[in-house]
Amino acid sequence: MHEMSIAMAVVGQVQEAAELNGGVTSVTSVRLQVGELAGVVPDALSFCFELACAETLLQGAELVTESVPGRARCSPCADEWAVGMPPRLCCPRCGEPTLELLSGRELQIVSVRWEEEPTARRRTCEPISEER
Amino acid sequence: MCRTVDLHQAVLAKNDATAHALRAELAGRGTTMVNLLSSPGSGKTALLERELLRARERGVPTAALTADLATENDARRLARSGVPVKQVLTDGLCHLEASMLGRHLEGWLPAATRLLFVENVGNLVCPASYDLGEDLRVVLASVTEGEDKPLKYPTAFGLAHLVVVTKADIAEAVEFDEEAFRAHVEQVNPGVEVVLTSARRGGGVGELLDRALAVADGGAVHEPVMAGQPHEHHHHHDPDDTVMTRPLP
Repeated sequence: MHEMSIAMAVVGQVQEAAELNGGVTSVTSVRLQVGELAGVVPDALSFCFELACAETLLQGAELVTESVPGRARCSPCADEWAVGMPPRLCCPRCGEPTLELLSGRELQIVSVRWEEEPTARRRTCEPISEER
Repeated sequence: MCRTVDLHQAVLAKNDATAHALRAELAGRGTTMVNLLSSPGSGKTALLERELLRARERGVPTAALTADLATENDARRLARSGVPVKQVLTDGLCHLEASMLGRHLEGWLPAATRLLFVENVGNLVCPASYDLGEDLRVVLASVTEGEDKPLKYPTAFGLAHLVVVTKADIAEAVEFDEEAFRAHVEQVNPGVEVVLTSARRGGGVGELLDRALAVADGGAVHEPVMAGQPHEHHHHHDPDDTVMTRPLP
């Protein structure tokens, strides 16, 4: 169960980003992309995330996970398919080993939503949306 | 004021950066690292003991680090080979991480080590996610574990540079279907080599050492399809950073 380590890494990275930004008072949600082949169980991760957030800036933050299906492409056949689970990494048309995995290994923090003081410095993070 | 901020940071970016730095650092010392992954009880330690003994006989400067949740039993077994061995106790953690490994190598890894074998915690799930800075990742499975093991643990087998079957001497007794096993490995990791070994009878012993030496000599390493999707690394890492802060003896 390495989901606790993963959750702690997520919390650590969000804390760092909040510190760089300055003026963040609380984090309300974290959006995470988890690929089908990332070797991480989203439910276990959610459970661990709640624990890892305790007594930090992220206390009570919601974890939103987007699952990314594994997809592969066979260049000679120009065929693209969902690899499924367990993954099938040989081309279903020609049977050759696929040379290109297009998606499914993602394990990344996409975005984070937080409360900040209006005067916050914006040194590193570009806002993608603002709400009143 | 509520704001959504775009981060796009790989969760394992820190571990990956540390692993890259450790890999470069070891390369600079002429050390090649082999990361061994398997379920508990698959015979990693038994095979490794034989391989270490073979390395010593052949005069290859080799060292081994073995990780377990508890007990120093594995280090005691491996030390019988006569090569430098270190036990890492993870205190319950199910896998090794690059920074942890770096700390344990610091001040211990003998300077002239050509091959460093790292026996990961017995677990086919968690260690698969963590690059340790190894040059060769070996996934082992015993004949008693069933032919579908590669399909049950696709991430571990899918990222392997080499697959080793252990306890081949009892394959017949447990009706191990080698052809089915190979087909399942091929499904998740097309083109990866599968080697059969028996630590007890000696079959295939030395193969692992040969593969590791070939990599140490600059030989090509299999590129798993699953490892092909580029990870995004937004975490900046200073190439001058070293993982091991103190010089080795």
